[in-house]
Amino acid sequence: METLLKVRNLTIRYRSELTEREAVRRVSFDVAPGEVLGVMGESGCGKTSLGLALLGLLSKEHAEVSGSVMFRGDDMLTMKETSLQEIRGAGISMVYQEPGTALSPVMRIGMQISEIVHAHRQWSWKKCRAEAHSMLARVGLTPTERFFSAYPHQLSGGQLQRVALTQALICGPALVIADEPTASLDARSQCDLIALLRELKQGLRISLLLISHTPEIQASLADRLMVMQDGEIVEEGRFDRMYWRPVQGYTKTLLRRDRPAADRNFERADAEQEHAAR
Amino acid sequence: MRYITQRFFHAVLLLIAVSFFSFALLQLAPGDFFDAMRLNPQISRQTIGTLRSEYGLDKPLPIRYERWLRSVLKGELGLSLASNSPVAPLLRERARNTLLLSGAATVLAWLLALPIGIWAAVKRGGWADRACGLATSTILAVPDLLLFLALLLLAVRTGWFPTGGMASAGVDDLDRWGRLKDVAFHLALPAMGLALATMPALIRHIRSSMIEALESPFLRAARGHGIPRTRLVLRYAFPAASNPLISLFGFSVATMLSASALAEIVLSWPGLGPLLVESILSRDVFVVVGIVMLSSVFLVAGNLIADLLLFASDPRIRTE
Amino acid sequence: MPLDSEKTLKVGSGKQFGAEQAEELVRIEHLSKEYVQRRPLTGAEFTVRALEDANLTIRRGITLALVGESGAGKSTLGRCLALLEEPDSGEIWFDGKNLLKLSRRELFPMHRQIQLVFQDPTSALNPGMTAEEIITEPLAIHREGTKAQRRERARELMEQVDLPARLEHKRPLELSGGQRQRLAIARALALKPKLLVLDEALSSLDLLNQELILKLLADLQRIHSLTYLHISHDLRLVSQFADEVAVMHDRRIVEQQPASELFMQPHDRYTQELLAAMPSLESICAERLA
Repeated sequence: METLLKVRNLTIRYRSELTEREAVRRVSFDVAPGEVLGVMGESGCGKTSLGLALLGLLSKEHAEVSGSVMFRGDDMLTMKETSLQEIRGAGISMVYQEPGTALSPVMRIGMQISEIVHAHRQWSWKKCRAEAHSMLARVGLTPTERFFSAYPHQLSGGQLQRVALTQALICGPALVIADEPTASLDARSQCDLIALLRELKQGLRISLLLISHTPEIQASLADRLMVMQDGEIVEEGRFDRMYWRPVQGYTKTLLRRDRPAADRNFERADAEQEHAAR
Repeated sequence: MRYITQRFFHAVLLLIAVSFFSFALLQLAPGDFFDAMRLNPQISRQTIGTLRSEYGLDKPLPIRYERWLRSVLKGELGLSLASNSPVAPLLRERARNTLLLSGAATVLAWLLALPIGIWAAVKRGGWADRACGLATSTILAVPDLLLFLALLLLAVRTGWFPTGGMASAGVDDLDRWGRLKDVAFHLALPAMGLALATMPALIRHIRSSMIEALESPFLRAARGHGIPRTRLVLRYAFPAASNPLISLFGFSVATMLSASALAEIVLSWPGLGPLLVESILSRDVFVVVGIVMLSSVFLVAGNLIADLLLFASDPRIRTE
Repeated sequence: MPLDSEKTLKVGSGKQFGAEQAEELVRIEHLSKEYVQRRPLTGAEFTVRALEDANLTIRRGITLALVGESGAGKSTLGRCLALLEEPDSGEIWFDGKNLLKLSRRELFPMHRQIQLVFQDPTSALNPGMTAEEIITEPLAIHREGTKAQRRERARELMEQVDLPARLEHKRPLELSGGQRQRLAIARALALKPKLLVLDEALSSLDLLNQELILKLLADLQRIHSLTYLHISHDLRLVSQFADEVAVMHDRRIVEQQPASELFMQPHDRYTQELLAAMPSLESICAERLA
């Protein structure tokens, strides 16, 4: 199986008038087609910068990015803006952390989705809009007319997250970068989103770079996991191995493997339910 | 609908209050219309006294005010003491001229400021942006009076533009089209001057709203979806940036009268400005009050327009 | 701060309750609140109901978690309790006093007893003030001690919340997210309150900071005999430390139980649904292998 994304020695250095700091240090990893690679780490470890850098979205004045990001054989870090534009949204797309702020407040949801289609396909606006409708239905935002003509401030956090997903998926990218997709959601919406992502992963064979500090999310979706600390990868491997036999102390902490009593209540509750079911 | 009637009601109250205050304030100014005549030895004191009582200027304030109010209801807005004719038609004509000038200047100013402001924002930090900043600062620093005088000088020296008035001699002989061209010709200089005076502030506001929009998270997100540059600026950034600009537009409508007054006076455009100055100096009471009221009307209308435009353009306000 | 992997955060605080401690600190009865808003331009009014007949009791010295979906009314309840909003009807009894019947003057000292910590420390702290000023501000408002005494107290509090003294003169924006939240907690503790209302105070922190702050809060609770009301939408998070849990749904409290009982045998259907939607990490991982 050929690799979809090959990142080698990626380094991101932020420069301001006062300080200079390396947010990401010589990070290397691969993403295969159809796989979910989870990225975990505390805030400030470089996860979000990583996602933005992959799409070339960090402004050149503030950040210096070096290394190589090979996507389908081309290095994205040396590409021209126009070539990058073609890949963004259609080859690699991103679901941003705060869905509310990632949408224009004065443009209708449907238009913000249709624009993306129009930017990548030579279709008529009518066709673009129809495509937007069908994608809205796919993610469960029905009746689609209502959501198409709504504005961001009229939707709840969970709905906005689905809109963000619609935008990311509509041009059929090979890789989706999801930055803390469940952070602003409550339990039920989180659950729904995970189920949706699972469905899409199986149905569309899309690769997912899942950035999330919540172990339950990673456990539900990730095939492989990468743990980052201070801009470096401290451990990576298949999720099951990482969970049942973690090597680094930091990994153990993130996956809550250092506190056997932590989920005791839930464990008991689940055990009871299972027992009752039998 | 209820909202509009409420606003209308408030506006009427405001107008009444304004009229009363300006009436009263004018009374505080020493002298009245006929004082100028006293300097003329040929007119006897008695004549002046008769004239005064004829025009009711010797009556106490409340009575005069009440008489004037009646005249307002008749649609006359009182009598111009200088021309001895009703104020309303006089104002109407002058107001039309002022609106023509302000309207043309506003359109010109915005038409030029928008592309310049947007472009400066897109190229922020670069030499073009800085040159633009320098130019706007310079024009802002120059007093409007100087600006208009400079333009006047230009007109006189080069003869490209007429130096005053709204119509050339013999204009009545021309056909419709000819007359229109003539007006436009006369309008050019004052409109350009006024536009030039208001543009710098406009450009700066446009630039800063655009920059805020260009640096916002949703714009970066849209860029991350592959939306091309020009579309990002025009379809994403600009609509988001237009909120404060609409308020600005409403404000410029509201202050149209005062903004154009100086230009009208210096460049001899027959609008409300010169009339106001004349009337104040000669204590032509009813004209002054009429113009002040008109100014209030502009203010109220401007605010209302701004609110309605904002309502129409910003979905967040529209849909609670 | 390295985490001691031997230490575990038990469910609740593992406290035993003596007779006096079982008494009520707060009793909320039939609390209702509506917001009246106007539609722009038409001026038509419409009401948004935030709370409807909400009932809650908080016993002294425990940690009560108030959970529910966003929009269920939890924050409104918290704000009414902290006296930031006035409910339309109902009663709030605090330490034997009916808060809603007190006069303005009598109410002022009550603010010292109930303090609020917000979700986003960045917007809850004045960016123009230094850490020390932020902590001494409430003391100054309630006229506690001299300037020097207040400064001393600020230093004391910073030490209690594990904020190094050198951060005294830093502004909030110069601190990390975790440090800001600690500062907010220090400020809340300045007036020695009896009750601390934490409104989604952990939601904006990442996992590690959450743990550190939870441990801090547990320590502080022991030292100062504090009572906590944690408002959160994250039931899983709450299971780690709550003594009692109250579930809020659709503007009402549908269930209030000691934590262990709630998680094992939820009575209310909504609670059951909520729990079913959140499988434990272990069970998810076990299922993967199947």
